[in-house]
Amino acid sequence: MNVPSAKTAISRRSFILSASAAAGGGLVLGFHVPAAGAATTQAQPWKTAVEGTEINAWLTINPDGTTTIRVPHTEMGQGGMTSVALMIAEELNVPWESVHAVFADPNRHIRNNEEYKVMTTHGSQLVMLQHPHIMQAGASARERLKQAAAEAWGVERSEVAAEQGVLSAGSNNAPYADFASAAAAVTLEVEPEIKSPSEWWLLGGEIARLDVPLKVNGSAAYALDTKLPDMVYAAVKSCPVPFGRLASYDADAVKDRPGIVAVIELKAVEGARGMPDMQNGIAVVADSWYRAKTALDLMPIVWDLGENGTISYDDMRAKMAAILDEEGTVTNEVGDDPRALIEASDKIVTAEYERPFEAHVRMEPVNATVSVTDERIDVWSPTQDQSAALRYAADQAGRSTDDVYVHTVFLGGGFGGGGGGNTAVTRQATELSKQLGRPVKVVWSREEDIIQGKHRPPSMARLTAALGDDGLPTAIHTRAAWVTMDGAGRVGPAGSSDYVIYNMPYIIPSRRHEAHTVTGHIPTATHRAPGANQNGFMVEVFVDELAEAGGWDPLDWRLRMTEGLDDWQLVLTTLKDKSGYRTNLPQGEGMGVAAVACHGTIAACSAHVSVSRRGQLFIEEIHVVVDSGHVINRLAAREQLEGSVCYELSHALMGGLEIRNGQVQNTNFHNYSLLRIDEMPEVHCHFALSGGSKWGGIGEPAGPPTPPAIANAIYAATGKRLRSTPFNKYDLRA
Amino acid sequence: MEITLNINNEPVTVDVDPETPLLWVLRDSVGLTGTKFGCGISQCGACTVHIDGQAARSCDTRASEAVGRQITTIEGLSPDSSHPVQQAWKELSVAQCGYCQSGQIMQAAALLERSPRPTDSEIDSAMYGNLCRCGTYLQIRAAIHRAADIGQA
Repeated sequence: MNVPSAKTAISRRSFILSASAAAGGGLVLGFHVPAAGAATTQAQPWKTAVEGTEINAWLTINPDGTTTIRVPHTEMGQGGMTSVALMIAEELNVPWESVHAVFADPNRHIRNNEEYKVMTTHGSQLVMLQHPHIMQAGASARERLKQAAAEAWGVERSEVAAEQGVLSAGSNNAPYADFASAAAAVTLEVEPEIKSPSEWWLLGGEIARLDVPLKVNGSAAYALDTKLPDMVYAAVKSCPVPFGRLASYDADAVKDRPGIVAVIELKAVEGARGMPDMQNGIAVVADSWYRAKTALDLMPIVWDLGENGTISYDDMRAKMAAILDEEGTVTNEVGDDPRALIEASDKIVTAEYERPFEAHVRMEPVNATVSVTDERIDVWSPTQDQSAALRYAADQAGRSTDDVYVHTVFLGGGFGGGGGGNTAVTRQATELSKQLGRPVKVVWSREEDIIQGKHRPPSMARLTAALGDDGLPTAIHTRAAWVTMDGAGRVGPAGSSDYVIYNMPYIIPSRRHEAHTVTGHIPTATHRAPGANQNGFMVEVFVDELAEAGGWDPLDWRLRMTEGLDDWQLVLTTLKDKSGYRTNLPQGEGMGVAAVACHGTIAACSAHVSVSRRGQLFIEEIHVVVDSGHVINRLAAREQLEGSVCYELSHALMGGLEIRNGQVQNTNFHNYSLLRIDEMPEVHCHFALSGGSKWGGIGEPAGPPTPPAIANAIYAATGKRLRSTPFNKYDLRA
Repeated sequence: MEITLNINNEPVTVDVDPETPLLWVLRDSVGLTGTKFGCGISQCGACTVHIDGQAARSCDTRASEAVGRQITTIEGLSPDSSHPVQQAWKELSVAQCGYCQSGQIMQAAALLERSPRPTDSEIDSAMYGNLCRCGTYLQIRAAIHRAADIGQA
């Protein structure tokens, strides 16, 4: 691996476009979100706004003519709340401006045998996988309203129209609210089918997200904003080396400071797959978080770092590199054994790639507020999985899940970091409230948030291919190694998140993939486009190397190697058209492309970069093309595409966690850098939707092709191959 | 000790340690939770408020330093989300998770106060210190230009 002496400076070329044209870079020209006529939600979205008549668990019809839609998923900026409300309103046929959305009650969900089917939000699955049952809930309610009206009016249900909140048949008409009670008692013999996309009147357009107005005036409630009577605040530190122990601490040194309520030791709780649910640690509780945090920082604490206290990331890299020489678990084989073909070939391309650890660093630091009383337990936690948070709180308190009420808040970011129930802090807050008998808000400092996060696992891969006479690959042999804890942070069992490698769309007759796991001690977790991030980079830089070795244009190579795959052809030809991809750019300029399928969606990216003689990288422009089959809200979808690009730009350009002495060395945004506004390139988003039965996710797929597109563009500009991230460690000087 | 602060044009008396960061006074003592905690060391801008009309990081400003000065938080920017920056933010649907957006809006409002028609380069310089993990930067840039239009209409 190239470890250069000079750092690559990265900045964004000044815009020469006018303001309106700059807006066009991100926005569809002429687009305007109407100020009025939109659905609404409320600052404290877990509360019931209006008491109406419940047709089913998903919605109530209210006396004032509005409809309340209960959203079981979370809103972390991806537009999930709006998506659920849209899908139900589409089927229910109510005016969008009459819709008011709130979050559904997780306690009811658990009590009623998982009434909402799924109460977690991850994997870009909300629309992709959940739309059938969500839309069905709206369709069912609509048909029951029609049935109730039909019975009252003495006509057949098929003669009743239900449009824009009004039931009508012949000379009869009435608002939905008139038949809400009767409809609630109707049982349909056959549940209706959901609409096909050609019947949509609401879905598929550009619809303003209904949480946005609450996010311009500070009123949207996040977990961190929770305040309860008699509540106290806790600052916590867990052992900086995972699985270490608290050797000693001196509570006497701080207990007389003003406002200190208690110093409480937190005992580790083991979780699934060897992962810690909660690490050994210590909490200082006070009447303000500032006082708790100040005392915690002053309190002498001695940690027993344990056997992991000397491990560095270099040790892990060395293990991954070494194990790539060994045969791994075969996860995929197609055709003849490629190893023999490669052995016999006189034209072989081989390269190794690496992606390091990355942290979620959601802008809202990890926190939770819990109130444990004899009657009930109330939880406010920035979790992507309210049902899991509910179970963790019940388990930590030793109580029935029936007693636990999780209040779904707006999340200050997700990215997989709030998956699994926000486990550790939910347990910490529950434990402290149980012991103290009063509500406790636990807030992790940013330093604790990074050091104790469950991170994106690092990986290395070696890819080897033999080329035929036409310069195209005839055989490919791939091996990947990951540092994880029993596969956590991968998708499914160990090896399965290499799917982007072994499911690469390129038609190569002979293929074999082997997976390795290096057991690590740093807890890992899902992280926006897990697996696809790491492997997408490796595959898409490698195939650029194959194209070059075979004398092919990189984009033509991809088109040729996906011949017969209509959706890939659609995406790649759209990218070619929209990006103006070309290879005849002046010296120091280059374009690169990459395409990755994940979460049911194909995303292709082109990057146009220039690199100065002094090695300064400018990203001039990025185009993204996606095929998710369908899109229900193009506004929110485009935001996710742009956001995913930005997210992966951070990791590609300046990311990577440093591990030394068994612990994460990065502590805050000064030494774990994120992309800032001056470095954000223009991003143009395009939909190339193949429709039909394809439903893909949209919250993640645009991320994975971004880093390899940039690496390939840098190669085109400079002739330097970047096979690992972050790019700022490479010397790009001419 | 008791100190009195001028917050959103109202005197507010709080009982806090004088070195307490203004951020925590606003959030935990006064209950103005629109101002967010992101890093605690002036690296992310989520806690941005106005002090005497200038954008300032409240996590890095002691309560005692804020005495006698005009503090404006997101809640005080306008009574009804009608400030040009807030209007533009709604119009262009800038926020995703929204957590950083109070800080972004306060930073942008201070920029427009001193430069009513900022260039992209001025926007980048002014907004450099405000991180957004969701990646809304293009919308932020466009919305500041839009807010400039609204402000001069």
